[in-house]
Amino acid sequence: MSETTGMILEWSIKAAVVTVICLIGFAYTTYYERRFLARIQVRIGPNRAGPWGLLQPVADGVKLIFKEELIPQKAYKFAFMLAPILTMMPAIIVMGVVPWGTEVQMFGRTVELGISNDLNVGILYILSVTSIAVYGIVLAGWSSNNKYAMLGGLRSTAQMISYELALGLSFLPPIMLAGSMSLADIVRGQQDLAWYFIPLLPTAIVFFIAVLAEVNRSPFDMPEAEQELVAGYHTEYSGMKFALFFMGEYVKMFSMSAVFSTLFLGGFAGPWVDQLPWLGPIYLLLKIIFCLGLMIWIRATLPRFRYDRLMGFGWKVLLPFALINIVLTALIITLFGL
Amino acid sequence: MDANLIVFIIMAVVAVGSALGMLLNRNAVYSALFLILNFATMAVFYIILGGPFIAMTQVTVYAGAIMVLFLFVIMLLGAEELAGGRVKIDWQKPAAVVLGLLLMAELFVVVFFRETVFGEAAELTEFGTPQQIGLTLFNDYLLPFEITAFLLLAAMIGAIVIARRVRQKPGKQETEER
Repeated sequence: MSETTGMILEWSIKAAVVTVICLIGFAYTTYYERRFLARIQVRIGPNRAGPWGLLQPVADGVKLIFKEELIPQKAYKFAFMLAPILTMMPAIIVMGVVPWGTEVQMFGRTVELGISNDLNVGILYILSVTSIAVYGIVLAGWSSNNKYAMLGGLRSTAQMISYELALGLSFLPPIMLAGSMSLADIVRGQQDLAWYFIPLLPTAIVFFIAVLAEVNRSPFDMPEAEQELVAGYHTEYSGMKFALFFMGEYVKMFSMSAVFSTLFLGGFAGPWVDQLPWLGPIYLLLKIIFCLGLMIWIRATLPRFRYDRLMGFGWKVLLPFALINIVLTALIITLFGL
Repeated sequence: MDANLIVFIIMAVVAVGSALGMLLNRNAVYSALFLILNFATMAVFYIILGGPFIAMTQVTVYAGAIMVLFLFVIMLLGAEELAGGRVKIDWQKPAAVVLGLLLMAELFVVVFFRETVFGEAAELTEFGTPQQIGLTLFNDYLLPFEITAFLLLAAMIGAIVIARRVRQKPGKQETEER
């Protein structure tokens, strides 16, 4: 087997594994959310399917596959079919640059844990993927030919564009501290210094808020505000297509949690990870679960923003704050000579 | 065959196809989608040429930000379908033919009489990492960079001023906060 074929095979296998992890992550994020939310609201949550309700996601999936799929007569068919796929894909391919660990020996070759850890434009890759993530929602809103769906789609466009700025600016302080756009370098930089949420706490907070808005999570779930827009951009969707939107949202939560953990919580780093490289993925997974828990907690605690407040908050509070953070980081770097 | 060449040929077909699709589609939203696809294939070309930075910027700025605004405007105006079939402008066809022929002639001259143009592009393999672009921008091209920044700032302030004036109509009590 030539070297190129081996590389292609290795990458394909790793991509498949990461995709499967994302999908399992999706299934159990919904379970986690329902159970945790139920605990917060003093309920029990799904506990019938399998031990502790662990088979609930499987049952939901089977149900959604067998549901009837409707396409509105006046819908733009092609875009209507395309939209769920476009929502789903960016959520998964973000994971391409997230490092899961260092190197391990497998099948007689050195395998890097992660698909493209040392990509020198890693952060830019994340930014470009999140910037095209908005199309799925916009298209879904437009192609349904439904005014509520349209309003949801337009709102989400405005919201995601606005919060993308704060998100993009919050990527800068970790880059400045690590001196690199590669996520593997940022993890290494945190091993040398400290987890970046300690020196960069304000940036981490801005980043987390912007991530919540990017993945349309509560309190920023305007695009699907039930009380005013029925279900927003996916009002007309049913069956498997609806499941894809649902999946897109949760996979996005999962992958953006992975990005947040990598940038601010030390990524795959942890005790004894140098001796046992397989601990890396486990540590990263634990950190992802922690971030997901935070998101669910916020959903259970805060009510939804009003739309104009949401835009005002994004432009007038978050954006200047993110800019100040960059200046502060530059100041810290020069003062302490990092 | 070289892997780069295979990718290039596939992407070239996609690029030309999506450009044609953009021009021929009668629905503005689908045209915009084809344009996004075209921009994305351009990004792949940049990667083949060894410029990952510009490739990612291409996707973020063109395929992401700018085209979202295009779609936004098309949807807000409800201008998806062209009204009343074909738009008739008498001088359009001859002008298109003349300009198209001019472009072909220009391309012909460039391809066959200035061979050096193609020789130099391949040598820039080391250019294009974020570090190098940053160093070049802030050392060699600092003044143009600052001027561009200033222009953009002026445009931004202008947009804000125009947006404000519309809201503050005489006789209406609008709050300053907007």
